Amino acid sequence: MVVRAEKLPTSDIVAAHLSGKRADIKGILFQTALLMSLMLALLFLIVLLTEVLISALPVFQERGLQSFLEGSLSGFPDRAGVSQALYGSGMLMLFVVLFAFPLGVAAAIYLEEYAVDTRFNRFITVNIRNLAGVPSVVFGLLGLAIFVGALRSLTGGSSLIAGGLTLAVLVLPIVIITSSEALRAVPQSIREAGYGVGATKWEVIRSHVLPSAAPGIFTGTILAVSRAIGEAAPILLVGAVTGLLGQAQGGFLDQMQGRFTAMPIVIFEWTKEANTEFKALASAGIVVLMAIILLTNAAAIFLRNKYERKW
Amino acid sequence: MAQATVDRTVTLESLTGAPKRRRKEAIIHRLFQAAAALSIVLSALIVLSLVREAFAFLAAIDLSSLWAGGWYPRRSAFDLRVIITGTAVIAGIAMLVAGPLGLGAAIYLSEYANPRVRRILKPIVEILAGIPSVVLGFFALLWISPEIVQRLNPSASFFNLLAAGIGVGILVMPLVASVAEDALRSVPMALREASYGLGARKMSTTIRVVFPAAVSGIVAALILGLSRAIGETMVVALAAGSSGALSFDPFQPGQTMTGAMAQLAIGGDQVKGSVSAVQSLYFVGLVLFLMTLALNIISERFVRRVRQRY
Repeated sequence: MVVRAEKLPTSDIVAAHLSGKRADIKGILFQTALLMSLMLALLFLIVLLTEVLISALPVFQERGLQSFLEGSLSGFPDRAGVSQALYGSGMLMLFVVLFAFPLGVAAAIYLEEYAVDTRFNRFITVNIRNLAGVPSVVFGLLGLAIFVGALRSLTGGSSLIAGGLTLAVLVLPIVIITSSEALRAVPQSIREAGYGVGATKWEVIRSHVLPSAAPGIFTGTILAVSRAIGEAAPILLVGAVTGLLGQAQGGFLDQMQGRFTAMPIVIFEWTKEANTEFKALASAGIVVLMAIILLTNAAAIFLRNKYERKW
Repeated sequence: MAQATVDRTVTLESLTGAPKRRRKEAIIHRLFQAAAALSIVLSALIVLSLVREAFAFLAAIDLSSLWAGGWYPRRSAFDLRVIITGTAVIAGIAMLVAGPLGLGAAIYLSEYANPRVRRILKPIVEILAGIPSVVLGFFALLWISPEIVQRLNPSASFFNLLAAGIGVGILVMPLVASVAEDALRSVPMALREASYGLGARKMSTTIRVVFPAAVSGIVAALILGLSRAIGETMVVALAAGSSGALSFDPFQPGQTMTGAMAQLAIGGDQVKGSVSAVQSLYFVGLVLFLMTLALNIISERFVRRVRQRY
């Protein structure tokens, strides 16, 4: 065979394209534009954080962090603080962990380990996914109708119990979904090894599957709790106190059935005040809330990186 | 013919284990099933409580007040046009912010960023996703409104739809980015390699090959973002104001469905006098619930289409 040395007109063009030194200006512009969208997000984040810190500074400088953390709700900005809100948020999170964690993990175990592909089980899965997409205000309405209304004798109306249960219901789908993912990541061979030595289904789950999935389940739960702690809309509807709140009285049950407030509610209230001193208080509240959220998220990420196993 | 040696035959019965152990297994199975079924009970409770109060509301009021006269629940004026317009304007502005920013970030993270850059840039989106909506409400009211909106238009009101819309957009952007990024990353490498093999550049590959292959996931991300924007409450309650008049002007205050609900909730004690004002909360909640449910189901359909293909 003879290789034709004849030069086709197209070969010049091909050669030029293959060796092209031309800068790909359009490509560079495109990449820059894409990067800009991330940088704009970063810019918003930085502006937000500095704005909040600068406006919170006077509160921390003039009164000190301790006085702000120990103060209670007050009409006087120089005395107002977040002690009741911190207590309320802490108690709400306790309810979230007590209810959403066991129920969510149990539901995830059922869906991943027990459920066979029936119409009913498929319906549960679809339902959970839809529940996760319901706006948080609507959960507030559920809380208002059921926990504040129908179960008033149990919860005591617009109480910590009602608010806590509402938030627990809100994060339940998230806990189920993240726990399911963690369970699904455990390889089938681990289970088969358990069955091979004669373990029952529950024994396999308890001694093999759950320990392997635990880091993922805990990480998901912590992230769900850190989402719940910043939610204002549902507990606003349930009736968290936005004005003044008396000192909690009585025994533990009385306190749980009493009215409450929480960090995001206090921030909301102070932001709405026309007075600049309250705006500073709102920023200080945001600093405290964001610190709590960032710490919990950091804990979750640490847990995941330290204990997560790649199969 | 040999007689069956009964005692030595291994039957199914002897393999099923001790009855006590089996009973325990069955109980545990039922407990887990009950926990899973609880989610159905919760959904049913949501729908029931919304529907019951919403119907009571519709029965109690003059139906013509749903379509005229502004949104003043305490004066029994429940003009749905006001809150639906407000919601549409805010959701539209939010998607103008979150759509391009979210997709841009997703494409950069999935196609351009190398693993090291990704590890640095991805947390920006993640931290943004963790910011509570009250905090963004604070930011929208006290920074976006005076520094951006009122600079664009000095006659803009302090409370305005634009600031709230931008705030909601920043809030929704991480969601759009992460769902779209998942869709882009699930496009098989072979498609990109085929495109490079034909001599296409990175940009053409991204726009003509990867983007169309992931388009249903990207549409899902946008719809999910829209659904979140419609249901967002605190940013709107803080920054959009609470005007009850019908208004399309993004520089003026307005009222959204979620904002109206928050206002009714804060007004708590004063509202108690008028039963239908409280019940209107459930009616608006029901409308909101149905809208977001429809959007979520549509977006789920689109996501499934991506999964089926690859």
